[in-house]
Amino acid sequence: MRRILGRPWLGSVGLFILLIALWHVLTATGAADVSAVDPEYARLAGQSAAAQPTAAIPTPGAVARRGGELLLHAFDRSNPNNIGIAWHLLQSLGRVLFGFALALVVAVPLGFALGLFPYVYQALNPFIQVLRPISPLAWMPLALYAFRDSGVSAIFIIFICALWPMLINTAVGAANVRQEWVNVSRVFGLPTLQHVALIMFPASVPMIMTGMRISIGIAWFVIVAAEMVGAQSGIGYFIWNEWNNLQLASMIVAIVLIGLVGLGLDSMLAWMARRLSFKE
Amino acid sequence: MSTDFLSVDGVSMAFPVKGNGRFLALDSISMEVAKSEFVCLIGHSGCGKSTLLNLIAGLILPSAGSISCEQKPVRGPGPDRAMVFQSHALLPWMTCYQNVYLAVKQVFGRTLAGSALKEKVEEALTLVHLEHAMHKYPFEISGGMKQRVGIARALAAAPRVLLLDEPFGALDALTRASLQDELVRIVERIRSTVVMVTHDIDEAILLSDRIVMMTNGPAARIGDVLTVDLPRPRDRLELAANPQFAAHRQHLLTFLYRKQGMAAE
Repeated sequence: MRRILGRPWLGSVGLFILLIALWHVLTATGAADVSAVDPEYARLAGQSAAAQPTAAIPTPGAVARRGGELLLHAFDRSNPNNIGIAWHLLQSLGRVLFGFALALVVAVPLGFALGLFPYVYQALNPFIQVLRPISPLAWMPLALYAFRDSGVSAIFIIFICALWPMLINTAVGAANVRQEWVNVSRVFGLPTLQHVALIMFPASVPMIMTGMRISIGIAWFVIVAAEMVGAQSGIGYFIWNEWNNLQLASMIVAIVLIGLVGLGLDSMLAWMARRLSFKE
Repeated sequence: MSTDFLSVDGVSMAFPVKGNGRFLALDSISMEVAKSEFVCLIGHSGCGKSTLLNLIAGLILPSAGSISCEQKPVRGPGPDRAMVFQSHALLPWMTCYQNVYLAVKQVFGRTLAGSALKEKVEEALTLVHLEHAMHKYPFEISGGMKQRVGIARALAAAPRVLLLDEPFGALDALTRASLQDELVRIVERIRSTVVMVTHDIDEAILLSDRIVMMTNGPAARIGDVLTVDLPRPRDRLELAANPQFAAHRQHLLTFLYRKQGMAAE
Protein backbone atom coordinates (compact mmCIF):
# COMPACT_ATOMS: atom_id res chain seq x y z
CA MET A 1 0.00 0.00 0.00
CA ARG A 2 2.80 2.37 0.90
CA ARG A 3 4.50 1.63 -2.39
CA ILE A 4 1.39 2.59 -4.29
CA LEU A 5 0.99 5.78 -2.31
CA GLY A 6 4.68 6.49 -2.88
CA ARG A 7 4.21 6.35 -6.63
CA PRO A 8 1.05 8.20 -7.61
CA TRP A 9 1.18 7.01 -11.22
CA LEU A 10 0.72 3.43 -9.99
CA GLY A 11 -2.45 4.60 -8.31
CA SER A 12 -3.59 6.20 -11.56
CA VAL A 13 -2.98 2.99 -13.50
CA GLY A 14 -4.76 0.95 -10.84
CA LEU A 15 -7.78 3.24 -10.87
CA PHE A 16 -7.84 3.15 -14.68
CA ILE A 17 -7.86 -0.65 -14.71
CA LEU A 18 -10.54 -0.69 -12.02
CA LEU A 19 -12.80 1.69 -13.94
CA ILE A 20 -12.34 -0.22 -17.20
CA ALA A 21 -13.14 -3.48 -15.42
CA LEU A 22 -16.26 -1.96 -13.88
CA TRP A 23 -17.31 -0.62 -17.27
CA HIS A 24 -16.75 -4.06 -18.79
CA VAL A 25 -18.77 -5.85 -16.12
CA LEU A 26 -21.65 -3.40 -16.43
CA THR A 27 -21.80 -3.53 -20.23
CA ALA A 28 -20.79 -7.13 -21.06
CA THR A 29 -23.75 -8.53 -19.12
CA GLY A 30 -26.28 -6.62 -21.21
CA ALA A 31 -26.83 -6.74 -24.95
CA ALA A 32 -23.15 -6.53 -25.62
CA ASP A 33 -23.27 -7.69 -29.23
CA VAL A 34 -25.68 -5.01 -30.31
CA SER A 35 -23.54 -2.29 -28.82
CA ALA A 36 -20.71 -2.74 -31.30
CA VAL A 37 -22.84 -1.89 -34.29
CA ASP A 38 -21.32 -3.20 -37.46
CA PRO A 39 -20.08 -0.33 -39.63
CA GLU A 40 -21.54 -1.93 -42.77
CA TYR A 41 -24.86 -2.21 -41.03
CA ALA A 42 -24.72 1.35 -39.83
CA ARG A 43 -24.02 2.61 -43.31
CA LEU A 44 -26.94 0.66 -44.68
CA ALA A 45 -29.29 1.57 -41.89
CA GLY A 46 -28.31 5.24 -41.73
CA GLN A 47 -30.71 7.37 -39.72
CA SER A 48 -33.03 4.48 -38.99
CA ALA A 49 -30.39 2.96 -36.74
CA ALA A 50 -31.29 5.59 -34.19
CA ALA A 51 -34.67 4.01 -33.93
CA GLN A 52 -33.23 0.69 -32.83
CA PRO A 53 -34.21 0.31 -29.18
CA THR A 54 -31.74 -2.50 -28.54
CA ALA A 55 -28.60 -0.31 -28.67
CA ALA A 56 -26.59 -0.35 -25.44
CA ILE A 57 -23.44 1.17 -24.10
CA PRO A 58 -20.55 -0.70 -25.79
CA THR A 59 -17.95 -2.64 -23.83
CA PRO A 60 -14.46 -1.22 -23.40
CA GLY A 61 -13.19 -3.89 -25.78
CA ALA A 62 -15.62 -2.82 -28.49
CA VAL A 63 -14.64 0.82 -28.02
CA ALA A 64 -10.96 -0.08 -28.23
CA ARG A 65 -11.56 -2.06 -31.43
CA ARG A 66 -13.54 0.81 -32.90
CA GLY A 67 -10.78 3.20 -31.82
CA GLY A 68 -8.23 1.07 -33.62
CA GLU A 69 -10.33 1.13 -36.79
CA LEU A 70 -10.88 4.87 -36.62
CA LEU A 71 -7.22 5.59 -36.04
CA LEU A 72 -6.20 3.19 -38.80
CA HIS A 73 -8.33 5.23 -41.21
CA ALA A 74 -7.72 8.51 -39.41
CA PHE A 75 -6.40 10.32 -42.45
CA ASP A 76 -8.70 8.62 -44.94
CA ARG A 77 -10.50 11.03 -47.25
CA SER A 78 -11.20 8.77 -50.22
CA ASN A 79 -14.92 8.78 -49.51
CA PRO A 80 -16.41 12.28 -48.97
CA ASN A 81 -19.10 10.73 -46.75
CA ASN A 82 -16.59 9.00 -44.56
CA ILE A 83 -13.78 11.42 -43.78
CA GLY A 84 -11.14 10.14 -41.31
CA ILE A 85 -11.42 11.26 -37.69
CA ALA A 86 -8.05 13.07 -37.79
CA TRP A 87 -9.40 15.46 -40.43
CA HIS A 88 -12.36 16.25 -38.21
CA LEU A 89 -10.07 16.90 -35.27
CA LEU A 90 -7.78 19.09 -37.36
CA GLN A 91 -10.76 20.99 -38.72
CA SER A 92 -11.94 21.71 -35.16
CA LEU A 93 -8.43 22.60 -34.03
CA GLY A 94 -8.05 24.99 -36.95
CA ARG A 95 -11.29 26.78 -36.08
CA VAL A 96 -10.34 26.97 -32.42
CA LEU A 97 -6.87 28.33 -33.13
CA PHE A 98 -8.14 30.83 -35.69
CA GLY A 99 -10.91 32.16 -33.45
CA PHE A 100 -8.54 32.13 -30.49
CA ALA A 101 -5.88 34.08 -32.40
CA LEU A 102 -8.46 36.70 -33.45
CA ALA A 103 -9.59 37.02 -29.84
CA LEU A 104 -5.97 37.35 -28.67
CA VAL A 105 -5.26 40.13 -31.16
CA VAL A 106 -8.29 42.06 -29.90
CA ALA A 107 -8.04 41.20 -26.20
CA VAL A 108 -4.45 42.16 -25.46
CA PRO A 109 -4.42 45.75 -26.78
CA LEU A 110 -7.96 46.36 -25.53
CA GLY A 111 -7.09 44.81 -22.18
CA PHE A 112 -4.12 47.16 -21.85
CA ALA A 113 -6.36 50.13 -22.65
CA LEU A 114 -8.82 48.96 -19.98
CA GLY A 115 -6.09 48.36 -17.43
CA LEU A 116 -4.16 51.57 -18.00
CA PHE A 117 -6.95 54.10 -18.51
CA PRO A 118 -9.71 54.09 -15.89
CA TYR A 119 -11.85 56.15 -18.26
CA VAL A 120 -11.81 53.42 -20.91
CA TYR A 121 -12.49 50.82 -18.24
CA GLN A 122 -15.50 52.63 -16.86
CA ALA A 123 -16.87 53.37 -20.32
CA LEU A 124 -16.59 49.78 -21.57
CA ASN A 125 -17.32 47.92 -18.35
CA PRO A 126 -21.14 47.88 -18.73
CA PHE A 127 -20.81 46.31 -22.19
CA ILE A 128 -18.37 43.71 -20.93
CA GLN A 129 -20.57 42.84 -17.97
CA VAL A 130 -23.62 42.30 -20.20
CA LEU A 131 -21.87 40.47 -23.04
CA ARG A 132 -19.67 38.22 -20.93
CA PRO A 133 -22.36 36.04 -19.33
CA ILE A 134 -24.06 35.29 -22.67
CA SER A 135 -23.54 31.67 -23.59
CA PRO A 136 -21.51 31.68 -26.79
CA LEU A 137 -24.00 29.23 -28.30
CA ALA A 138 -26.78 31.79 -27.97
CA TRP A 139 -25.05 33.65 -30.78
CA MET A 140 -25.05 30.61 -33.06
CA PRO A 141 -28.35 31.09 -34.95
CA LEU A 142 -27.64 34.78 -35.39
CA ALA A 143 -24.12 33.99 -36.58
CA LEU A 144 -25.42 31.37 -39.02
CA TYR A 145 -27.86 33.90 -40.40
CA ALA A 146 -25.26 36.68 -40.63
CA PHE A 147 -22.33 34.69 -42.04
CA ARG A 148 -24.32 32.02 -43.92
CA ASP A 149 -21.48 29.60 -43.29
CA SER A 150 -21.29 27.15 -40.42
CA GLY A 151 -17.46 27.19 -40.36
CA VAL A 152 -17.23 30.98 -40.14
CA SER A 153 -19.98 30.97 -37.53
CA ALA A 154 -18.05 28.46 -35.44
CA ILE A 155 -14.96 30.69 -35.62
CA PHE A 156 -17.06 33.65 -34.55
CA ILE A 157 -18.41 31.69 -31.59
CA ILE A 158 -14.88 30.75 -30.57
CA PHE A 159 -13.82 34.37 -30.87
CA ILE A 160 -16.66 35.49 -28.64
CA CYS A 161 -16.03 32.93 -25.93
CA ALA A 162 -12.23 33.19 -25.95
CA LEU A 163 -12.26 36.98 -25.78
CA TRP A 164 -13.43 37.58 -22.21
CA PRO A 165 -10.93 35.68 -20.09
CA MET A 166 -8.00 37.12 -22.04
CA LEU A 167 -9.47 40.63 -22.01
CA ILE A 168 -10.16 40.64 -18.30
CA ASN A 169 -6.87 39.01 -17.32
CA THR A 170 -4.87 41.42 -19.45
CA ALA A 171 -6.72 44.38 -17.93
CA VAL A 172 -6.16 43.12 -14.39
CA GLY A 173 -2.52 42.36 -15.18
CA ALA A 174 -1.89 45.80 -16.65
CA ALA A 175 -3.71 47.59 -13.84
CA ASN A 176 -1.73 45.78 -11.15
CA VAL A 177 1.83 46.09 -12.39
CA ARG A 178 3.93 46.55 -9.27
CA GLN A 179 4.28 50.18 -8.27
CA GLU A 180 8.03 49.78 -7.80
CA TRP A 181 8.47 48.85 -11.47
CA VAL A 182 6.31 51.76 -12.55
CA ASN A 183 8.45 53.99 -10.32
CA VAL A 184 11.64 52.69 -11.94
CA SER A 185 10.19 53.60 -15.31
CA ARG A 186 9.20 57.06 -14.06
CA VAL A 187 12.50 57.81 -12.31
CA PHE A 188 14.54 56.91 -15.37
CA GLY A 189 12.10 58.74 -17.62
CA LEU A 190 11.04 56.02 -20.05
CA PRO A 191 8.94 57.34 -22.94
CA THR A 192 5.41 55.90 -23.26
CA LEU A 193 6.22 53.38 -25.96
CA GLN A 194 9.16 51.91 -24.04
CA HIS A 195 7.22 52.08 -20.80
CA VAL A 196 4.62 49.78 -22.34
CA ALA A 197 7.03 47.53 -24.26
CA LEU A 198 9.75 47.13 -21.62
CA ILE A 199 7.81 47.42 -18.35
CA MET A 200 4.05 47.02 -18.63
CA PHE A 201 3.95 44.22 -21.19
CA PRO A 202 6.57 41.89 -19.67
CA ALA A 203 5.09 42.51 -16.22
CA SER A 204 1.64 41.48 -17.48
CA VAL A 205 2.75 38.37 -19.38
CA PRO A 206 1.97 35.90 -16.56
CA MET A 207 -1.60 37.22 -16.28
CA ILE A 208 -2.06 37.26 -20.06
CA MET A 209 -0.84 33.67 -20.25
CA THR A 210 -3.30 32.62 -17.54
CA GLY A 211 -6.07 34.27 -19.56
CA MET A 212 -4.91 32.43 -22.66
CA ARG A 213 -5.03 29.09 -20.85
CA ILE A 214 -8.55 29.70 -19.61
CA SER A 215 -9.64 30.87 -23.06
CA ILE A 216 -8.25 27.94 -25.00
CA GLY A 217 -9.93 25.57 -22.56
CA ILE A 218 -13.30 27.25 -23.01
CA ALA A 219 -12.82 27.44 -26.78
CA TRP A 220 -12.16 23.71 -26.94
CA PHE A 221 -15.32 23.10 -24.86
CA VAL A 222 -17.42 25.27 -27.09
CA ILE A 223 -16.23 24.12 -30.51
CA VAL A 224 -17.78 20.67 -29.99
CA ALA A 225 -21.18 22.17 -29.27
CA ALA A 226 -20.86 24.76 -32.03
CA GLU A 227 -20.09 22.09 -34.59
CA MET A 228 -23.09 20.04 -33.56
CA VAL A 229 -25.26 22.84 -34.86
CA GLY A 230 -25.17 23.05 -38.61
CA ALA A 231 -21.53 22.20 -39.27
CA GLN A 232 -20.56 19.68 -41.95
CA SER A 233 -17.19 18.82 -40.48
CA GLY A 234 -15.26 18.89 -37.24
CA ILE A 235 -15.21 16.67 -34.19
CA GLY A 236 -18.52 18.03 -32.91
CA TYR A 237 -20.17 17.17 -36.22
CA PHE A 238 -18.49 13.76 -36.06
CA ILE A 239 -20.01 12.98 -32.67
CA TRP A 240 -23.45 14.18 -33.71
CA ASN A 241 -23.25 12.18 -36.93
CA GLU A 242 -22.21 9.03 -35.10
CA TRP A 243 -25.06 9.58 -32.67
CA ASN A 244 -27.48 9.74 -35.57
CA ASN A 245 -25.97 6.46 -36.76
CA LEU A 246 -26.16 5.10 -33.23
CA GLN A 247 -22.41 4.47 -33.40
CA LEU A 248 -21.92 4.69 -29.65
CA ALA A 249 -18.42 3.21 -29.77
CA SER A 250 -17.29 5.87 -32.27
CA MET A 251 -18.77 8.57 -30.05
CA ILE A 252 -16.84 7.32 -27.04
CA VAL A 253 -13.63 7.19 -29.07
CA ALA A 254 -14.24 10.79 -30.17
CA ILE A 255 -14.94 11.87 -26.57
CA VAL A 256 -11.64 10.37 -25.40
CA LEU A 257 -9.80 12.08 -28.28
CA ILE A 258 -11.37 15.43 -27.37
CA GLY A 259 -10.03 15.01 -23.87
CA LEU A 260 -6.55 14.15 -25.08
CA VAL A 261 -6.39 17.06 -27.55
CA GLY A 262 -7.66 19.44 -24.83
CA LEU A 263 -4.93 18.18 -22.52
CA GLY A 264 -2.40 18.76 -25.30
CA LEU A 265 -3.59 22.34 -25.87
CA ASP A 266 -3.40 23.15 -22.18
CA SER A 267 0.05 21.60 -21.74
CA MET A 268 1.30 23.55 -24.73
CA LEU A 269 0.11 26.84 -23.27
CA ALA A 270 1.41 25.92 -19.81
CA TRP A 271 4.81 25.26 -21.36
CA MET A 272 4.67 28.57 -23.22
CA ALA A 273 3.68 30.37 -20.02
CA ARG A 274 6.68 28.91 -18.24
CA ARG A 275 9.00 29.96 -21.04
CA LEU A 276 7.65 33.49 -21.44
CA SER A 277 6.92 34.48 -17.83
CA PHE A 278 9.65 36.02 -15.75
CA LYS A 279 11.05 34.19 -12.74
CA GLU A 280 11.56 35.72 -9.34
CA MET B 1 29.59 73.67 0.52
CA SER B 2 28.22 77.14 0.04
CA THR B 3 25.34 77.18 -2.40
CA ASP B 4 22.35 75.00 -1.72
CA PHE B 5 22.29 72.31 -4.27
CA LEU B 6 19.05 70.69 -3.29
CA SER B 7 16.52 72.71 -1.40
CA VAL B 8 13.30 71.69 0.26
CA ASP B 9 11.27 74.73 1.17
CA GLY B 10 8.26 74.58 3.49
CA VAL B 11 7.03 71.28 2.10
CA SER B 12 3.86 69.72 3.47
CA MET B 13 2.28 66.54 2.25
CA ALA B 14 -1.30 65.56 2.89
CA PHE B 15 -2.86 62.37 1.55
CA PRO B 16 -6.60 62.05 1.02
CA VAL B 17 -8.15 59.35 3.16
CA LYS B 18 -11.44 57.49 2.88
CA GLY B 19 -14.40 59.69 3.56
CA ASN B 20 -13.31 63.23 2.93
CA GLY B 21 -10.52 63.65 5.44
CA ARG B 22 -6.84 64.30 4.85
CA PHE B 23 -3.87 62.69 6.46
CA LEU B 24 -1.09 65.21 6.99
CA ALA B 25 2.13 63.20 6.72
CA LEU B 26 4.68 66.01 6.58
CA ASP B 27 4.25 69.50 8.00
CA SER B 28 6.33 72.35 6.55
CA ILE B 29 9.68 70.66 6.14
CA SER B 30 12.60 72.84 5.09
CA MET B 31 16.12 71.58 4.52
CA GLU B 32 19.09 72.19 2.31
CA VAL B 33 21.62 69.77 0.93
CA ALA B 34 24.95 71.04 -0.37
CA LYS B 35 26.78 69.65 -3.38
CA SER B 36 28.63 66.42 -2.57
CA GLU B 37 27.01 66.25 0.82
CA PHE B 38 25.70 62.96 2.23
CA VAL B 39 22.53 63.50 4.22
CA CYS B 40 20.60 60.82 6.09
CA LEU B 41 16.95 61.12 7.06
CA ILE B 42 16.31 59.15 10.22
CA GLY B 43 13.18 58.58 12.23
CA HIS B 44 10.78 55.93 13.45
CA SER B 45 8.84 53.97 10.86
CA GLY B 46 5.77 55.83 9.68
CA CYS B 47 7.35 59.23 10.27
CA GLY B 48 7.19 60.11 6.60
CA LYS B 49 10.89 59.95 5.77
CA SER B 50 10.24 57.84 2.68
CA THR B 51 7.48 60.27 1.70
CA LEU B 52 10.01 63.10 1.85
CA LEU B 53 12.38 61.10 -0.34
CA ASN B 54 9.59 60.39 -2.86
CA LEU B 55 8.85 64.11 -2.91
CA ILE B 56 12.49 64.90 -3.71
CA ALA B 57 12.39 62.20 -6.40
CA GLY B 58 9.27 63.85 -7.82
CA LEU B 59 7.30 60.60 -7.66
CA ILE B 60 4.69 62.51 -5.65
CA LEU B 61 4.12 66.25 -5.59
CA PRO B 62 3.84 68.25 -2.37
CA SER B 63 0.54 69.68 -1.14
CA ALA B 64 2.37 72.86 -0.17
CA GLY B 65 5.89 74.24 -0.46
CA SER B 66 8.44 73.59 -3.14
CA ILE B 67 11.52 71.54 -3.89
CA SER B 68 14.29 72.57 -6.23
CA CYS B 69 17.41 70.87 -7.49
CA GLU B 70 20.12 73.17 -8.83
CA GLN B 71 17.68 76.08 -8.76
CA LYS B 72 15.26 74.16 -10.99
CA PRO B 73 11.90 73.33 -9.42
CA VAL B 74 11.11 69.61 -9.17
CA ARG B 75 7.92 68.94 -11.11
CA GLY B 76 8.21 65.20 -11.62
CA PRO B 77 10.61 62.28 -11.50
CA GLY B 78 13.80 62.25 -13.55
CA PRO B 79 17.13 60.45 -13.81
CA ASP B 80 18.96 63.50 -12.39
CA ARG B 81 17.50 62.28 -9.07
CA ALA B 82 18.00 58.55 -9.54
CA MET B 83 16.72 56.36 -6.77
CA VAL B 84 17.78 53.12 -5.15
CA PHE B 85 14.59 51.47 -3.99
CA GLN B 86 13.98 49.67 -0.72
CA SER B 87 13.04 46.44 -2.49
CA HIS B 88 15.78 46.66 -5.16
CA ALA B 89 13.03 46.98 -7.83
CA LEU B 90 15.02 45.20 -10.51
CA LEU B 91 13.00 44.14 -13.51
CA PRO B 92 12.98 40.33 -13.24
CA TRP B 93 12.67 39.78 -17.00
CA MET B 94 15.97 41.55 -17.65
CA THR B 95 19.52 40.52 -16.80
CA CYS B 96 21.57 42.70 -14.44
CA TYR B 97 23.27 44.19 -17.50
CA GLN B 98 19.92 44.99 -19.15
CA ASN B 99 18.57 46.51 -15.96
CA VAL B 100 21.46 48.95 -15.82
CA TYR B 101 21.42 49.46 -19.58
CA LEU B 102 17.77 50.60 -19.36
CA ALA B 103 18.87 53.57 -17.25
CA VAL B 104 22.05 54.29 -19.22
CA LYS B 105 20.23 54.19 -22.56
CA GLN B 106 17.62 56.61 -21.24
CA VAL B 107 20.15 59.13 -19.99
CA PHE B 108 22.95 58.88 -22.55
CA GLY B 109 21.18 57.23 -25.50
CA ARG B 110 21.02 60.44 -27.51
CA THR B 111 24.57 61.63 -26.91
CA LEU B 112 26.68 58.47 -26.81
CA ALA B 113 27.34 55.63 -29.25
CA GLY B 114 26.41 52.03 -28.48
CA SER B 115 29.91 51.01 -27.45
CA ALA B 116 30.16 53.92 -25.02
CA LEU B 117 26.82 52.95 -23.48
CA LYS B 118 28.04 49.39 -23.06
CA GLU B 119 31.19 50.71 -21.39
CA LYS B 120 29.15 52.79 -18.95
CA VAL B 121 27.01 49.81 -17.97
CA GLU B 122 30.06 47.63 -17.43
CA GLU B 123 31.79 50.39 -15.49
CA ALA B 124 28.81 50.77 -13.14
CA LEU B 125 28.56 47.03 -12.54
CA THR B 126 32.30 46.79 -11.97
CA LEU B 127 32.08 49.60 -9.42
CA VAL B 128 29.81 47.40 -7.29
CA HIS B 129 31.94 44.29 -8.00
CA LEU B 130 29.37 42.51 -10.12
CA GLU B 131 31.28 42.14 -13.35
CA HIS B 132 31.07 38.34 -12.99
CA ALA B 133 27.26 38.32 -12.64
CA MET B 134 26.48 40.85 -15.33
CA HIS B 135 24.47 38.53 -17.52
CA LYS B 136 22.58 36.76 -14.77
CA TYR B 137 18.90 37.34 -14.08
CA PRO B 138 17.87 38.81 -10.72
CA PHE B 139 16.39 35.49 -9.54
CA GLU B 140 19.82 33.88 -9.98
CA ILE B 141 21.63 36.20 -7.55
CA SER B 142 21.42 36.93 -3.81
CA GLY B 143 19.55 39.78 -2.15
CA GLY B 144 22.74 41.73 -1.50
CA MET B 145 23.81 41.38 -5.12
CA LYS B 146 20.39 42.57 -6.31
CA GLN B 147 20.70 45.70 -4.22
CA ARG B 148 24.17 46.29 -5.67
CA VAL B 149 22.66 46.16 -9.14
CA GLY B 150 20.07 48.68 -7.93
CA ILE B 151 22.90 50.96 -6.78
CA ALA B 152 24.79 50.45 -10.06
CA ARG B 153 21.66 51.30 -12.03
CA ALA B 154 21.16 54.54 -10.13
CA LEU B 155 24.84 55.52 -10.31
CA ALA B 156 25.04 54.71 -14.01
CA ALA B 157 22.47 57.41 -14.68
CA ALA B 158 25.04 59.92 -13.32
CA PRO B 159 22.44 61.60 -11.11
CA ARG B 160 22.89 65.08 -9.65
CA VAL B 161 21.47 63.67 -6.43
CA LEU B 162 21.44 60.00 -5.52
CA LEU B 163 18.39 59.01 -3.49
CA LEU B 164 18.49 55.86 -1.34
CA ASP B 165 15.32 54.57 0.30
CA GLU B 166 16.38 52.22 3.11
CA PRO B 167 18.44 50.32 0.57
CA PHE B 168 19.87 47.84 3.05
CA GLY B 169 16.77 47.36 5.18
CA ALA B 170 15.91 43.95 3.76
CA LEU B 171 19.42 42.50 4.06
CA ASP B 172 21.05 40.48 6.83
CA ALA B 173 23.51 42.27 9.13
CA LEU B 174 26.72 40.99 7.51
CA THR B 175 25.61 41.70 3.95
CA ARG B 176 24.39 45.08 5.08
CA ALA B 177 27.77 45.93 6.61
CA SER B 178 29.67 44.97 3.48
CA LEU B 179 27.32 46.99 1.27
CA GLN B 180 27.61 49.99 3.60
CA ASP B 181 31.39 49.81 3.33
CA GLU B 182 31.08 49.61 -0.41
CA LEU B 183 28.77 52.62 -0.50
CA VAL B 184 31.26 54.58 1.67
CA ARG B 185 34.01 53.73 -0.78
CA ILE B 186 31.95 54.63 -3.87
CA VAL B 187 30.63 57.87 -2.42
CA GLU B 188 34.10 58.97 -1.34
CA ARG B 189 35.38 58.23 -4.80
CA ILE B 190 32.75 59.95 -6.91
CA ARG B 191 31.77 62.63 -4.37
CA SER B 192 28.11 62.49 -5.34
CA THR B 193 25.33 64.23 -3.47
CA VAL B 194 23.27 61.69 -1.56
CA VAL B 195 20.04 61.72 0.40
CA MET B 196 19.40 58.44 2.18
CA VAL B 197 16.52 57.25 4.30
CA THR B 198 17.39 54.86 7.11
CA HIS B 199 16.35 53.81 10.57
CA ASP B 200 19.76 52.40 11.41
CA ILE B 201 21.74 54.74 13.69
CA ASP B 202 25.18 53.24 13.03
CA GLU B 203 24.56 53.28 9.32
CA ALA B 204 23.60 56.94 9.44
CA ILE B 205 26.74 57.95 11.35
CA LEU B 206 29.04 55.82 9.22
CA LEU B 207 27.81 57.31 5.98
CA SER B 208 26.55 60.83 6.63
CA ASP B 209 27.93 64.33 6.73
CA ARG B 210 24.68 65.42 8.31
CA ILE B 211 21.79 63.54 9.88
CA VAL B 212 18.28 64.97 9.76
CA MET B 213 16.11 63.59 12.55
CA MET B 214 12.40 63.56 12.00
CA THR B 215 9.66 63.65 14.63
CA ASN B 216 6.98 60.98 14.72
CA GLY B 217 4.08 61.33 12.32
CA PRO B 218 1.45 62.39 11.61
CA ALA B 219 2.47 65.94 10.70
CA ALA B 220 6.14 65.04 11.01
CA ARG B 221 8.69 67.83 11.17
CA ILE B 222 12.44 68.03 11.39
CA GLY B 223 13.20 67.57 15.07
CA ASP B 224 16.96 67.98 15.11
CA VAL B 225 19.97 68.02 12.81
CA LEU B 226 23.32 66.48 13.66
CA THR B 227 26.52 67.34 11.82
CA VAL B 228 28.80 64.33 11.78
CA ASP B 229 32.37 65.56 12.01
CA LEU B 230 34.24 62.33 11.72
CA PRO B 231 37.21 62.23 9.37
CA ARG B 232 36.98 60.32 6.11
CA PRO B 233 37.76 57.72 4.98
CA ARG B 234 35.81 56.13 7.79
CA ASP B 235 36.40 52.63 9.01
CA ARG B 236 33.72 50.84 10.93
CA LEU B 237 36.22 49.16 13.30
CA GLU B 238 38.06 52.37 14.15
CA LEU B 239 34.78 54.22 14.60
CA ALA B 240 33.63 51.72 17.20
CA ALA B 241 36.36 53.00 19.53
CA ASN B 242 36.01 56.66 18.58
CA PRO B 243 34.59 58.85 21.42
CA GLN B 244 33.09 61.26 18.89
CA PHE B 245 31.21 58.36 17.30
CA ALA B 246 29.88 57.36 20.70
CA ALA B 247 28.75 60.93 21.36
CA HIS B 248 26.90 61.08 18.03
CA ARG B 249 25.32 57.75 18.77
CA GLN B 250 24.21 59.03 22.18
CA HIS B 251 22.75 62.12 20.55
CA LEU B 252 20.70 60.10 18.04
CA LEU B 253 19.58 57.53 20.58
CA THR B 254 18.43 60.27 22.93
CA PHE B 255 16.41 61.88 20.17
CA LEU B 256 14.85 58.66 18.92
CA TYR B 257 14.15 56.90 22.19
CA ARG B 258 13.80 59.69 24.75
CA LYS B 259 12.32 62.64 22.90
CA GLN B 260 10.50 60.66 20.20
CA GLY B 261 10.06 57.43 22.13
CA MET B 262 7.34 55.18 20.88
CA ALA B 263 5.01 53.35 23.19
CA ALA B 264 5.91 49.66 23.42
CA GLU B 265 3.85 47.72 20.93
